[in-house]
Order: sequence, then structure tokens, then C-alpha cells
Amino acid sequence: MRLLHQRQLINKVALTLSMAAMAFGLFWLVWILVTTLQFGVAGLSLDLFTKMTPPPNSADGGLANAIAGSLLLVGLATALGAPIGVLAGVYLAEYGRDTWLGRCTRFINSILLSAPSIVIGLFVYAIYVEHMGNFSAFSGVIALALIVVPVVLATTENMLRLVPDSLREAAFALGAPKRIVIMKVALKASMAGVITGILLAVARIAGETAPLLFTALSNQFWSLDLNKPIANLPMTIFKFAMSPFKDWQELAWAGVFLITLGVLGLNITARILFRARHKL
Amino acid sequence: MHTMNDTNYAIEIHEAASALEAQMIFRDVNFYYGKFHALKAVSLEVYKRHVTAFIGPSGCGKSTLLRTMNRMYDLYPEQRATGELLFDGENILDRKVDVNVLRAKVGMVFQKPTPFPMSIYENIAFGVRLNERLSLGEMDERVEWALTKAALWNETKDKLKQSGMSLSGGQQQRLCIARGIAVKPEVLLLDEPTSALDPISTLSIEELISELKTDFTIAIVTHNMQQAARISDYTAYMYLGEMIEFGLTDQVFIKPKKKETEDYITGRFG
Repeated sequence: MRLLHQRQLINKVALTLSMAAMAFGLFWLVWILVTTLQFGVAGLSLDLFTKMTPPPNSADGGLANAIAGSLLLVGLATALGAPIGVLAGVYLAEYGRDTWLGRCTRFINSILLSAPSIVIGLFVYAIYVEHMGNFSAFSGVIALALIVVPVVLATTENMLRLVPDSLREAAFALGAPKRIVIMKVALKASMAGVITGILLAVARIAGETAPLLFTALSNQFWSLDLNKPIANLPMTIFKFAMSPFKDWQELAWAGVFLITLGVLGLNITARILFRARHKL
Repeated sequence: MHTMNDTNYAIEIHEAASALEAQMIFRDVNFYYGKFHALKAVSLEVYKRHVTAFIGPSGCGKSTLLRTMNRMYDLYPEQRATGELLFDGENILDRKVDVNVLRAKVGMVFQKPTPFPMSIYENIAFGVRLNERLSLGEMDERVEWALTKAALWNETKDKLKQSGMSLSGGQQQRLCIARGIAVKPEVLLLDEPTSALDPISTLSIEELISELKTDFTIAIVTHNMQQAARISDYTAYMYLGEMIEFGLTDQVFIKPKKKETEDYITGRFG
């Protein structure tokens, strides 16, 4: 009986500690969200989406060029990085599982996955921007794509590994060649997970500032030219928030609010998608 | 009267003759998982349009034997087989054999139901498309034929577009059997097909097997000796990778020739 009592006590203590830890984490998260909401909503208006970033101390202005630039950068980086990540993930899970090349790729990918994003920014600066002679949207796309690849690769591999071998064997047993087994059965079974990985990668790069610092830079004006610097939300927020001008600071908060909302939306979509497909 | 007897006699003769027609012939087949010697010089014949059951304790090599018949072991580089396994006069253990063609002729159903993540219709059509080019109408017919053969048509005809995963365990297993026979193989390998099912589903699968043997050669691995006795024509008892006894099911169960077989069947061992 005493042993049981002791066990229950330990259980209570452990539970209290973990609840406290959760509350601590949640406290800051909620605070961040509330602050973002509080300051962001003030600057929210239709002008935000229709007007360009203003010069200091001018009454009206918006973030239209930054929003468009961010959408372009994130869209192209995903279009470039996600297919590479998915294909490499397929290689690791289906072909190179226990090969030397597979193990090497997996190891290098985990380094890339945890590489500070500023390192990636500097790398692209050194190999691309310096040679081209100017900051450009395309160099920003490369930098962001380099962040997308390891995230998508890792999730694709993990999701494919969750597909039981018995399902693959069943397809092979019908005389299906390997490429069909992978495309029609294994990838199809893990589709929700793979898409979730891509969405999470998009959420990750949506707010990245450091890689754009040395690549896409920023632009006060509307531009969709890939060979010129391009306006984007994170850099604009950085510049405006550091400035002494009140209207710029307000716009920065509005930008923060937009990014937070976007990332939150992506995460929720990813969760719903993943859960809907995996409750079977 | 006389002619009637003659007819009966003729049928018996015919049955005896067809019983002797071998579909697959094992000659000194050895199998290795890396260094582990899993099948030791196994020789036997699997007869056309009959049910052959493989029984024996866990790890005796009966599933391994089944997996040599469609070269499933090819997927794993450390597994290999030696010896001769003749199918349509060809040694299928030969590296030159096209395994995809072989597997279209030798279907397999696994222990756990493995419906593909697609609709019931697509589950069946998947294998057919790999080997044949059918018109939409012909494909519809083939799907209906396979589902009817697998005694699943009545339950699924109104929901062919639904996911195969929405079916119950027993229905999923019948779907897997339907998928296997839809490609019209000559041999159907069943690896403990009912061990994950409830008694009612098991019964319907057993009835199905008895019906399918008019068209297909069936090799079944089972842990359930009553099941082997109920549904098979021939039984092979294996132990530690060796073929201990092979014969007509009635003979193996009623008058086993070997002491080991008798011990296993009467439950004194295993």
C-alpha cells in the first residue's frame, strides 16, 4: 500500500512539473500573439494591401510591394526547393536506405537543417550576389530554397518510412515495378505528410530575415524583377521597426501581424490536412 | 447402369490424372537470410488446381517457402535462394527471370490486409493495368468479376468509389484476394490470410478458397491446423527449414508417416 501511495505521489509531482513547464511556454506564446494582435490591428487597413511603402513621415502608405515581394520569393523558393526535397527524400527512403550515399546524404541534410539561416544568406551572397554584382530577388529565392530543401527532404523521408513495407510488398506481389510502387502506392499513402512538410517549410521561410539580408535586400518601390532587389515583409519590418518614425513602426507591426497570421494559418492547415488523412 | 459407372470411373481417372499435374516443382531448394539457412534442400510438388497447405511451428520456413514462389525475397539484398524451382518448365530462381512477369502469374495475399490508399475500384484495377490494356467497359467487367469471385461484390457494388481502407478487416482481406485474382494469375499464395480475422470472416475466406481452387492453384501457409485439414488437398509439414512430410491432407492428418508430424498434429509439440 505504501508503495502505491509513493507511486501516486511521484506521479502527481511529475505531472505538476510538466504542467508548469507547459504553462511557462504557453504564457510567452500567448503574450507574443496578444502583442502582435494589439499593435498590428491598429495599422491594419485596406491601404496596407494597395499602397507602397511610404517615405518617412508621410501620412499614407502600405505594404503592397513588400507583400507581393514576399509572396513571389516564398512561392518561387518553394517551387524550386520542394521538388528537390521530395525527390531526394524518395531516394533516401526507397533506394538509399542503408547505402553509404544514403547515410552521407542524411547526415549532411541534418547539418543543413540546423544551419543558421544567416550562414545560408552569406553563402548565396558569396557564390551568386558577388559574381552578379548586385542584390537580386533571384538570389533571395536561392537562399530560401536552400532552407526549404532540408525541411521537405527530412519530412518526405520520415513520412515514406511510416508506410509499412507490407504495403510495398503487396504492390510488388502484383508485378508492379519499383517506380510504380513508389509513385502510386508509397507516395500516395504518405501524401498528406509530404504536403504537411512542404507547408511547414513555407511557414518557416515566410518569416526568414537573415538570408534575405545579403540577397534580396529590400526595395522601397514596386518591383517583380528577379534581377533587382525586391521588397519583402521581413526586411521591411526590420527596417521600419528600427526607425524612429511612428508611421513606419506602425506599418512594421502590421507586417508582423500579417506574417504571424499567415504562418498560423499554414500550421493549422497542415495539422488539419495531416489529421484528416491519418485517422484511418 | 453400366454407362453411369463408366462415367464415374472416368471422372475418377480424370481427377487422379489432374492431381498429378504439377504446377510448381521444388528441387533441392535452399534459402538463406544472410548466413541463416532457412530452407534446407526442400523438394516437393505443388499440384495444379489444388490447395496445398504448409504447416509447422513458427520459424520453420513455411512463409519463406511461399516467398520463393514469387521471388518476394528479391526485395531484400541479403536474402537468396539456390536450387531449382520449376514453374511452367522454367527455373524461376534464375536471375534472368523477369520477376514482374512472374509475379503477375503468381499472386500473393498477406497476413494483414493491405488495401492500397485508393478506391475499391482502383485497388482492383491497379494490378490489371500493369499487365493489360483494357477499355473502360472491360475494366468495369474485370473489377466486377474479381469482386464476385472474392464474394465481395454484393457488399461493395454501391461504393466502388470509396476508399478500400473504409472496409472491415475481413472485407479488406477479400479485397486483397480480389486484387490478386483480378490479374488472372495461375497460382495464388496465401500467407496466413485469416490470422488477423474474426471467425466469421475466416469462414467466408475458407469457403472462398475452396471455390477458387477450381480456377487457381493455391498454396496456403497457416498456423491453424484445423484450417489446413478443412480446406487443403495436400499438406506439407515443415520443421526447422526441412520438409518433414508431404502428402494427401487426409493421410497426413489421420495416418502421418513420421513421428514428428504426429507429435505436432496431436499437439504434443509446437
